[in-house]
Amino acid sequence: MRFTEATASQLATLIAQGEVTRSEVLESFLERIVAVEESVAAFLTVTADHGRRLARLADKAAEGGATPTAGVPFALKDNIATQDIPTTCGSRILEGYRPPYSATVMQRLEAAGHILLGKTNCDEFAMGSSTENSGFHPTANPWDLRCVPGGSSGGSAAAVAAYEVPFALGSDTGGSIRQPASFCGVVGLKPTYGLVSRYGLVAFASSLDQIGPITRDVTDAALVLGAIAGPDPLDSTSARVKPPDYGQALVPDVDGLVAGIPRELFGEGVEPEVRQRVEEAAAVLAELGVGVEECSLPNAAFALDMYYVIAPAEASSNLARYDGTRYGYRAGAAAGGEDVGNGARASIGGGPPPGDLLSLYLSTRSQGFGPEVKRRIMLGAYVLSAGYYDAYYLKAQKARTLLRRDFEQAFGRYDFLISPTSPTVAFPIGERADDPLAMYMADLCTIPASLAGLPAISVPCGFSQGLPVGLQLMGPAFSEELLLRVAFAHEQRTDHHTKRPPLLGVKRH
Amino acid sequence: MSEDTSRSRYQAVIALEVHVELGTRTKAFCGCPTTFGAAPNTQVCPICLGHPGVLPVLNRRAVEFAVKAALALHGQVHLESVFARKNYFYPDLPKGYQITQYDRPLATGGHLDVEVDGESRRVRIRRLHLEEDTGKLIHGGTPGGGATTGAPYSLVDYNRSGVPLVEIVSEPDLRTPAEARAYLEALHSILEYLGVSDVRMEEGSMRCEPNISLRPVGTEKLGVPVEIKNLNSFRAVERGLAYETERQAALLAGGGRVERETRGWDEGAEVTTFQRRKESADDYRYFPEPDLLPLVLEQDWVEAIRRSLPELRTARRERLVREYGLPAYDAGVLTASRHLADYYEDAVELVEASQGASVPTAGAADGPGTAPLHAAAKTISNWLMGDVSRLMNEAGLEPLAMRAKTFALPPAALVELVALVDEGTISGKMAKDVLEATFSTGKPPRAIVAEKGLAQISDSGALETVVARVVDANPSAVAELRAGKDRAMGFLVGQVMKETGGKANPRMVNELVRKMVGS
Ligand SMILES: [Zn+2]
Repeated sequence: MRFTEATASQLATLIAQGEVTRSEVLESFLERIVAVEESVAAFLTVTADHGRRLARLADKAAEGGATPTAGVPFALKDNIATQDIPTTCGSRILEGYRPPYSATVMQRLEAAGHILLGKTNCDEFAMGSSTENSGFHPTANPWDLRCVPGGSSGGSAAAVAAYEVPFALGSDTGGSIRQPASFCGVVGLKPTYGLVSRYGLVAFASSLDQIGPITRDVTDAALVLGAIAGPDPLDSTSARVKPPDYGQALVPDVDGLVAGIPRELFGEGVEPEVRQRVEEAAAVLAELGVGVEECSLPNAAFALDMYYVIAPAEASSNLARYDGTRYGYRAGAAAGGEDVGNGARASIGGGPPPGDLLSLYLSTRSQGFGPEVKRRIMLGAYVLSAGYYDAYYLKAQKARTLLRRDFEQAFGRYDFLISPTSPTVAFPIGERADDPLAMYMADLCTIPASLAGLPAISVPCGFSQGLPVGLQLMGPAFSEELLLRVAFAHEQRTDHHTKRPPLLGVKRH
Repeated sequence: MSEDTSRSRYQAVIALEVHVELGTRTKAFCGCPTTFGAAPNTQVCPICLGHPGVLPVLNRRAVEFAVKAALALHGQVHLESVFARKNYFYPDLPKGYQITQYDRPLATGGHLDVEVDGESRRVRIRRLHLEEDTGKLIHGGTPGGGATTGAPYSLVDYNRSGVPLVEIVSEPDLRTPAEARAYLEALHSILEYLGVSDVRMEEGSMRCEPNISLRPVGTEKLGVPVEIKNLNSFRAVERGLAYETERQAALLAGGGRVERETRGWDEGAEVTTFQRRKESADDYRYFPEPDLLPLVLEQDWVEAIRRSLPELRTARRERLVREYGLPAYDAGVLTASRHLADYYEDAVELVEASQGASVPTAGAADGPGTAPLHAAAKTISNWLMGDVSRLMNEAGLEPLAMRAKTFALPPAALVELVALVDEGTISGKMAKDVLEATFSTGKPPRAIVAEKGLAQISDSGALETVVARVVDANPSAVAELRAGKDRAMGFLVGQVMKETGGKANPRMVNELVRKMVGS
């Protein structure tokens, strides 16, 4: 039996029924990783030993009659902290860094018995839409190895699409879960801001960042969301709402719902075939009894502008801590300094003396960060500077409030909104690498929901030139149940999610 | 022109920025303990070390303490305030930004009345806000202590990183170094009475950074301000400002210009030295902290805190005068520290308890409006202001030490000492020795008296024998005394004291001599 083909929920059932052991499941995914990783390069770290040890222990405990735990392998985007396991955020500046603690989502998944199998590649500090900004290597799209998997959670999406893990977590700041899910033909859910704890998610833009599941079907999205959602005393911005049982939402009944298609997200930039697939999806929903109308989010037209002020501003501050003092890369310290445990490092490093403090900062940060990260730090520092703050940051925040109101108004009439997840399908590796503005356009449709803190899900809705197209569903705050129900209904009526990428065995280059 | 003349042409304008570490058990945004003096980097966690991915969670107790301070300073507590990030790079700042409050502080307005040379002045307070402390750099130091080795690197201790602070900023209402000191002492007293901080300037739990500019007397326009750092005592604040006043006055009088800069106080040399120039306002790129929600307080909660504010120094001073009939001077000294005042009142209460409600009074009302002088109350005050205070100073102890369970001279011991003198068991002079012995050993005064055989001979039978012997042996002195020469009395008493090794009760000896000589 090929366990790698099974979804997380199917695996959990098989394991619970004793049909298969956790170790057997784990080994088949490890085999799969060995087989395809050379082509896909989705992982930065594979935690085989860690996984094997946990699987063995859980199997033993189950034999001994302990309450069975899930035991499904998973991967985490490498910007989610895992104790003693490298967490690099795809950046050279954190190469070799092992956090002294684990993120809340990691703790919750492990508490449910799921087993970490590795950390996935991403754009450096989640800044990018193609995973090409990784400080280590690019990741390939399993549907076409010459194409990007999207980003920044490209490693997580590619790993799920390539059957290397049944599910993975990504993080979404302006579309970083949904857009790669769309490019890789899998399901990606960005929850309402505050539904999932950010504790342990290495911050990019704190007011936008959310962790969410990347899965092969909607059922798994509900399963994983249920495992990670809920209040966390360690995150002051986590909502004090008890999450419902998302499994209950999986009924294909959407009759009588009304959906809006915001024209601002369905304009010129959308490729014709992508437009066609989304219209087909809308037609499927209509057949199921959903009323579909065109609508407007007037301020969504400025969403990209708001985003590229607010996100870099927060990033410039969030990334200030990478200064070579306590952990991570330090210029001049050949051995990376003396490890004094607890993830900390003694100030007395090896290598040549750093000269003065300013040059230590300058060389550490100019050598440790890649170009896109530097670009955003500079942009962010600029818009927060005295004399520019009002014109940029404050203005962007005001516009953000207007955009929120647009959504509120729309949800006064519509139960949910529909758009393409991305205006295009996956593009060839290298095509937009030197054109930041073209790259930024990839997030055109996903950024509005991010700015408004709203939940949105991307589900497969067909193909264009052999590459997957994603359908985005957006809902009011904490409407994850509704979005899952609609997505489930759509999935039940289509077979896009059952299609398998052709990559198997094919080598890159 | 002499400095004195030039100084008198200028008026100093001083504002104080005071940082106070709040005495919460744990840090502002994580659960680390805040104990002072722990080994470097032992009171740290991923949060206060600024590891990637961590988030702050606000300590409710810190908010309560800050609200208390704001209310005691008559400030307006805002029911909604906002945390902000102050961005700058320094190795003692693990996140590369400090969480503080910027355009929407916890409290604004308020005032503090200070007394200088018997005159009261009201100093306005601009704002009070909550923030976190930074770590501490040890330059060229050793990990164990702080001894300078001249090593070409610095070490960082993050134990202090994330300790909650309030910053209290005054308006530029202070005009002299003495006023600045008085303001700081008044603020110190209030915070100590509130119990929200250790307020120890030497240990850095209270830090003062004054801003001082000079302007020609009679003009309004403010001069160029200079900030002074490294002032670690009240005295240093006063001396530093005095030095800076003279320096700036001399500079201006000589046609020079004061530069906008930060200067450091050199305690040894008693001068301020240049630290860094402030070309333009530093750009800290403040913006609202997205990891924390706005701080929203319930009006009821604030009012409950207001109702629970303890009696502060001025009120207590007035009460001590009213209730115990203490001179205003005594009351002022005793209430300078809440701990000393607490000690004092505990002692007086013990006396009251031992004697019932009627504590002996020495003399009735001295005049209209004067409370009856409370003998024991005054006696205890005298001891505290005199010998006890001297012993505390010699031992380098602060008033807080008097409240420790292990303190050698608890209120009960002082009360016992006073009783021994009252009963005539020991003389006032002997009592000083007993006090010192108790202070250094912690043994109760009665035990010291017994152990050293210090009790006075008050047994008239035993004394009569000695007095008779002395009278017999000194006929000429007896004759002089009978002739009315009182000087001879002193001689005879002296002889008795000599024979008894100083233990005779002098009052009884006096009486016995007169009786025997029949004068
Ligand atoms: Zn801590």
